[in-house]
Amino acid sequence: MDLSVLVLNLAKGMLVSFEIFILTLLFSLPLGLIVAFARMSDNKIIRNITRIYISIMRGTPLMLQLMVVYYGPYYLFEIPLPKGYRFFAVIIAFVLNYAAYFAEIYRGGIESIEVGQYEAAKVLGYTETQTFMKIILPQVIKRILPAITNEVITLIKDTSLAFTISVAEMFTAARAISAAQSSLMPFLVAGIFYYVFNFIVAFAMEWIESKLAYYK
Amino acid sequence: MKLLEIKNLKKSFGDLEVIKDISLDVEEGQVVGIIGPSGSGKSTLLRCATMLETMDSGELIYLGEKAVTTDESGRAVYAPGKDLKRIQSYFGLVFQNFNLFPHYSVIKNIIDPPITVQKKSKDEAIEIGRELLAKMGLSHKEDAYPYQLSGGQQQRVSIARALALNPRILFFDEPTSALDPELTGEILKVIKDLAAENMTMVIVTHEMGFARDVADHIIFMNDGLIVEEGAPEQVINNPENERTKAFLNRFSNAI
Ligand SMILES: Nc1ncnc2c1ncn2[C@@H]1O[C@H](COP(=O)(O)OP(=O)(O)OP(=O)(O)O)[C@@H](O)[C@H]1O
Ligand SMILES: [Mg+2]
Repeated sequence: MDLSVLVLNLAKGMLVSFEIFILTLLFSLPLGLIVAFARMSDNKIIRNITRIYISIMRGTPLMLQLMVVYYGPYYLFEIPLPKGYRFFAVIIAFVLNYAAYFAEIYRGGIESIEVGQYEAAKVLGYTETQTFMKIILPQVIKRILPAITNEVITLIKDTSLAFTISVAEMFTAARAISAAQSSLMPFLVAGIFYYVFNFIVAFAMEWIESKLAYYK
Repeated sequence: MKLLEIKNLKKSFGDLEVIKDISLDVEEGQVVGIIGPSGSGKSTLLRCATMLETMDSGELIYLGEKAVTTDESGRAVYAPGKDLKRIQSYFGLVFQNFNLFPHYSVIKNIIDPPITVQKKSKDEAIEIGRELLAKMGLSHKEDAYPYQLSGGQQQRVSIARALALNPRILFFDEPTSALDPELTGEILKVIKDLAAENMTMVIVTHEMGFARDVADHIIFMNDGLIVEEGAPEQVINNPENERTKAFLNRFSNAI
């Protein structure tokens, strides 16, 4: 297999990695906000359930969570696994895991906003929703962006964990080719792919940060 | 016309009785100065009046409309949300530390509330905003962000922000306390100008000379009670109460 074929095969895997990456962010970023609210809820039961959920998500390996989500329905309820569930399982596990991390980041950001901001908005007559959407959230986003960037970079590398349930993302492809040809080349090329992916994402996040640097 | 009536206001934080029993009226066009030692409950009184703090009992009435009444058991009962929303539009509050929105430019800080809350058109809001900025001598700072302004300039923006909603009565909680001494003058002048335009104001301040000059009525608070009140010359120059005397003595050099 020459290099161009190798790159092509890995690029296909790369596309799957990219899909996992995008879908995870798309769902876990908003879900994380909801989880953060549940975590800060006045209702003690909701608050504690959320606390346990977050602690499990952060306290166990993502690889294990992935296997539980994938094999769990079958072993627990004897539900046969439909075709294509593999990929769904990856998305579900990643979203649940990342939402927990994002929730803690959001919570830290929300709690760091001075109470005076809420009071000013209230006296001016903003509703609670307007206060959150217009006054609080924009400031929270600016403050948490560096922490979000860290998680997003980690997520790129975590997409390779999908290989544990044989989803054909890039790492899975690299391993298969490497085994067939007894060569380390596929891993090297995969490493370059991951690195470039990271580089672009880091660059994009930096650009967003610079866009929000107009105030302190 | 009475713009504000507070009757038998009581407020505790846990076991600490911060406002023991306070009643006060504010007439249209009146400027009320509230003075008193630290911890006497001045801010708490203002926060109850502006509904940032929930009172335990008493009545709160703006323009004859009841925001808070007291039931038979003596507990405060707040009016329904939509009534409170309307009543809230009657007053504004200027904070000690400004509380401007840091992510909004100066002009956006001023026009966003009229647009969001009063559904004013952007053009109309900008017109009001520019006029107020001119009045505050800050026209050249329209597009600046709060962090680029001095404390005195920030406080002037926050006064403009409050005025843009056209409140009937404006509260100030120590509007100059967070400022360097050389910047207090510009804020005091703005408030004096507002007084000259007959703006109704309730001002908590430690600036005795200013209180005497600007206020029509002075209230001296101590330990959650109004200990002495009356015309500024009377309360500040010839206090009768021993506590008032002791308190003012500490300021005697400043007057
Ligand atoms: N949210 C709160 N929880 C508990 N105690 C409070 C709270 N707010 C105020 N207090 C207490 O109530 C008392 C009165 O406070 P307040 O801020 O009204 O005084 P003040 O007259 O404004 O004082 P200063 O001149 O220092 O601003 C103080 O003993 C203060 O510690
Ligand atoms: Mg105070």
